[in-house]
Amino acid sequence: MINSDRIFGLVVVLGALAFFAGALQIQISFLSDPLGPRVFPILIAAAALLCGLTILWKPDAEPEWPGLRNWLAMAVALVVLVAYAYALAPLGFIVPTALAAGVISYQISPRAGPAALTGACLSGGLFVVFKYGLGLGLVAWPKALFG
Amino acid sequence: METLANLYLGFGVALTPYTLFLAVVGCFLGTVIGALPGLGPANGVAILIPLAFSLGLDATQALVLMTSVYYGTMYGGRISSILLNIPGDEPAMMTTLDGFPMARHGRAADALMISGAASFVGSFLAIIGLVIMAPLLASIAYMFGPAEYFALYLLAFCTLGGVASKNQAKAAVAACIGLGIAMIGLDNSTGLPRYTGGNLHLMDGVNFLVAIVGLFAVSEVFVFIESHGSKSAIGVTIGRMMIPWRDLRATFPTMLRSTGIGFVAGVLPGAGASLGSFMAYMAEKSWAGKSGRFGKGDPRGVAAPEAGNNAAAGGAMVPMLTLGVPGSGTTAVMLALLMTLNITPGPLLFKEHADIVWGLIASMFIANIVLVVLNVPMVKLFVKVLLVPAWVLMPLVTMVSFVGIYSLTGSYFDLLLMTGFGVLGYFMRKLDVPTVPIILGILLGSFMEDALRRAMVISNGEWSYLFSSPIAIGLWIAAVGGFVAPLFLRGVLKKPPLPDTEALED
Repeated sequence: MINSDRIFGLVVVLGALAFFAGALQIQISFLSDPLGPRVFPILIAAAALLCGLTILWKPDAEPEWPGLRNWLAMAVALVVLVAYAYALAPLGFIVPTALAAGVISYQISPRAGPAALTGACLSGGLFVVFKYGLGLGLVAWPKALFG
Repeated sequence: METLANLYLGFGVALTPYTLFLAVVGCFLGTVIGALPGLGPANGVAILIPLAFSLGLDATQALVLMTSVYYGTMYGGRISSILLNIPGDEPAMMTTLDGFPMARHGRAADALMISGAASFVGSFLAIIGLVIMAPLLASIAYMFGPAEYFALYLLAFCTLGGVASKNQAKAAVAACIGLGIAMIGLDNSTGLPRYTGGNLHLMDGVNFLVAIVGLFAVSEVFVFIESHGSKSAIGVTIGRMMIPWRDLRATFPTMLRSTGIGFVAGVLPGAGASLGSFMAYMAEKSWAGKSGRFGKGDPRGVAAPEAGNNAAAGGAMVPMLTLGVPGSGTTAVMLALLMTLNITPGPLLFKEHADIVWGLIASMFIANIVLVVLNVPMVKLFVKVLLVPAWVLMPLVTMVSFVGIYSLTGSYFDLLLMTGFGVLGYFMRKLDVPTVPIILGILLGSFMEDALRRAMVISNGEWSYLFSSPIAIGLWIAAVGGFVAPLFLRGVLKKPPLPDTEALED
């Protein structure tokens, strides 16, 4: 088993190199200060490279990673959050919020009844609070249905 | 005398019926959020900032509301520290050391009262310290040129990385990530895009609120899914609330000493509240010597870190307001708040926006008084908040975060970005990489680069200009020292472990 910190260090080193390469791509204007827009990013890349190498050289103890089931639960939650981000504008507030809140609740404590109830209550309750209590301009239902 | 006149002005700005109403609401919400297990000041304030803006409050009102929330979360945080052994954030950790044993011995109510009083003493005196020190520091800060500012930003990153984390390299990586993210968007002086990959959404750069809410709140969701909420509440009961006058009198000198220590620790840029509560606790422990029962439920062990923590929070406002350099995660969030209000902290703030600075300071006084008044009769209600299960709490936090960011920016892209920051925050947490330097990097990145570039314009590209003034050299030395010294002190200043929940069950 490879130490997680070695992987992390490698990611940092590669990221720093990529950031450095990115800095060289920055367009330079003819109207520039003595330093220009490239130097500071290059300094950051250099510092990050140094740290990445240090982490590779002296990794910390291995953290406790979750088991496969928990990875799966977190992946489901991630997919739901991404879908929620896309769905919020076209589908209105109430339906996506109820679904997303319910699924996340289910991932934390896998009991379908309470999770569904949590989703429904949070969605309705938050809508009332946000829309009428705080006066935010939320759309309740899908735009396509109610014009 | 000028200070008193300014303070009078501040109270005039902050003491209207509507702002008082906002202060009460903020304190109440803050205490509830702070008491929720797993939520601390930084994420509590972070979730509410976007909402506060969508309400269309003006600068003073928004500041009053958020300062009240900020102090409220600090008050509320001790409730979950003492009763559940779950600190809401790093500084609150020291309170669990004696608070939780006290609660186990049936003195939960006393511990809550003592810590409340200590919080009040600590923060109240620290605000007085702030009133005295901030104008002084602001007048010194006038002498700062770009070279000094560059060194100062570096100092903030170094002390934050050196003192507040276990592994310097990882803290520095976090700072680099933050600075790197700050580079995304249009370059200030040439107007050409950097690191946008041609994506129009990135032209304006990454909104720091998106990053803060993602790193502090959304990442929490993943942590809770992993632990299946097993960290959440167990049945808690507290007895009749009596004010333990005897303990209060006995711990009063402790509170004063700890306030002093905490304030000094808070003023150091980058050191912040964790150091304040830690040093206050350790100092009090050695002061008491053999007579103390520290770690087994000594009231002084509750009073010291709470006073230290709250004093440090006030102290951390000094460099934040006068120099624009926050000393802790929560002051970084407060800096984000000011910047969203289009207020740039710094020495000029005291001249140009005197009403806002002094209004903010006045609102800190108001928030503390409201909290004491609110807390004594309502602590039982706040304790009930601990019973909210994680499977209701976490969906709630997520949805509030999403709606907050969405109503602020109205862009699905920012929601995706926030989710991404949530994932990043989870892995950082697992790998023991601090997230506060990332926030600090995003907040200060463009200021730091501007300082460097202006310094180079002044000196026409001569790098030695960075070390040309005594103040700059002093800051450089402090920066290097702050980063390196903890390597050697780590063996000496060892943090005591959290009390074991199981071992104290009997």
